[in-house]
Amino acid sequence: MAKQINVFMENKPGRLQSITKILYENDINIRAMTIQDRGEYGLMKLLVDKPNQAHLALVDSGYASALKDALAILIDDSPGGLYKLATIFLNQGINVLDGYGFVIDSKKSAIWCVEVEEIKQIKEIVEKEGFEVLEDQSLYEL
Amino acid sequence: MLNYWNKEIETIGEDSLAALQLKLLKETIKRALETSFYKVRLEKAGITSCDDIRSLGDLNKIPFTTKDDLREAYPRGLLSVPSKDVVRIHTSSGTTGTPTVIYHTKEDIDNWTELVARSIVATGVTDEDVFQNMMSYGLFTGGLGLHYGAERVGATVIPIGGGNTKRQIQLMRDFKTTVIHITPSYALHIYSVFRKQGVELLDLNLKKAFIGAEPHSENTRRKIEELLNIDAYNSYGLSEMNGPGVGFECIHKCGMHIWEDSYIMEIINPVNQEVLDDGEEGEIVFTTLRRNATPILRYRTRDLAFIHEGGCNCGRTHRRISRIKGRTDDMLIVNGVNMFPSQIEEVVMQIPEVGTNYQIQLEKDGALDKLTVKVEIYSKMFTGDIHELDLLKAKIKEDLRASIVIHPIVELHEPGSLPVFEGKAKRVLDLRPNSYKEV
Repeated sequence: MAKQINVFMENKPGRLQSITKILYENDINIRAMTIQDRGEYGLMKLLVDKPNQAHLALVDSGYASALKDALAILIDDSPGGLYKLATIFLNQGINVLDGYGFVIDSKKSAIWCVEVEEIKQIKEIVEKEGFEVLEDQSLYEL
Repeated sequence: MLNYWNKEIETIGEDSLAALQLKLLKETIKRALETSFYKVRLEKAGITSCDDIRSLGDLNKIPFTTKDDLREAYPRGLLSVPSKDVVRIHTSSGTTGTPTVIYHTKEDIDNWTELVARSIVATGVTDEDVFQNMMSYGLFTGGLGLHYGAERVGATVIPIGGGNTKRQIQLMRDFKTTVIHITPSYALHIYSVFRKQGVELLDLNLKKAFIGAEPHSENTRRKIEELLNIDAYNSYGLSEMNGPGVGFECIHKCGMHIWEDSYIMEIINPVNQEVLDDGEEGEIVFTTLRRNATPILRYRTRDLAFIHEGGCNCGRTHRRISRIKGRTDDMLIVNGVNMFPSQIEEVVMQIPEVGTNYQIQLEKDGALDKLTVKVEIYSKMFTGDIHELDLLKAKIKEDLRASIVIHPIVELHEPGSLPVFEGKAKRVLDLRPNSYKEV
């Protein structure tokens, strides 16, 4: 399963710059990112090419960082792409905690990266329905 | 293994102690009458000679001495020996106005050193230990006090003083330091630097820490013990009573033995000055019994604690006081409710998901006081889940409300982002107009 890095950050100027500087200095490339905001603080969620290395670099710099399993599902970059997946989620009674999407290959493929409970079971369901769930390596070879 | 430095005096019987105290109190009164300050003060109270004190019960004829009295007597009002007999001067910083001064003769320093030697031997220190003294030297009594005591015991002393964390860690590693003397906040800080410096606890030989100079909770002590894998012993002292070595924990860590052959200890109600019984919490009051140059009678320390009832398994007969709950002048009044910063610390340190550093901020919000408690996320316990952060925040809030009966605002901060003080920690930021502070 792909790994996502969740970093605790205060909502104040300079935090994004500080985190991305650490990633840059460790030669880490960001594939996608999003921020889950709670006002005074939030979580920065990152998909990167070297998740372990990125996580350790952040921890060594004093950040509270955690490596989480991420369900990165390949969908079509065309009208109805996400709808198809969402319908499966509905039919299977899967609730989404948080998620974000990004395009890999314009008009062809996109990734919907989703946080759910019981991620392993849901991975199986999604794969059974014919979707591809990406591992770290394949995520960056795209 | 039970070790004593001076077994005879440390295990003295109740009656012998009382007789000794009375003899030394009379000598102290005699010396006090030599000072310009006490001559007036004592005569006003009807004491013109040491013979006016016939029993320890006569102690209550003696008026209390306050910090303000010491300021008033500055610089020479409490000096009871010829200047040439003074070998050392310690003054307070005077941050709140006039400083205060304590003079020491050669014998005074010797007596002080004896108390520190007794204290550290009670924790199991021997001449084989390597003692790294991380308290400031100079006018602050914490550094020199322990230094002399540790040398007397025969330990190897590294007199580095406070701060310079990188060097501290290097010396700890290179000289296999076994015992450190440190403030609780600095102990927590230094741990966080180990990792950055690539030093593991296994590289060190640490066994004990003496912690003092700032009020702290039992949870803080445990946290220090767990993080550094050592025994931490509470130390109590105040410059007016020499400095460290007034009271110290023995290996049983169940309160600090006060050396009652050198100090008469009383606990009083800080409001009506009534003397309280053992077990009742109040302000600690001390009378010096062995100080020649600056005798001080019934000094109100403003430190709040209680005396433990019953003896100690270590065999020392000198009574033990509880940890210092706070100072009467540390007390905060928030929307009419009294609270101590230590109560907040107690709660914060119980929660594993937050780090060792925290800050308390007080502001006015219209007519009301606004209390904000800032804590740091502890990176080792971070799971990366925003809902857990929500729950954590709610839990801290609820635990604080249950403990201090005030609804605080809780802020979560990044690890290492709150200010760290390499000396005494300043955890409380009171931004309210002065009139709202307890004086």
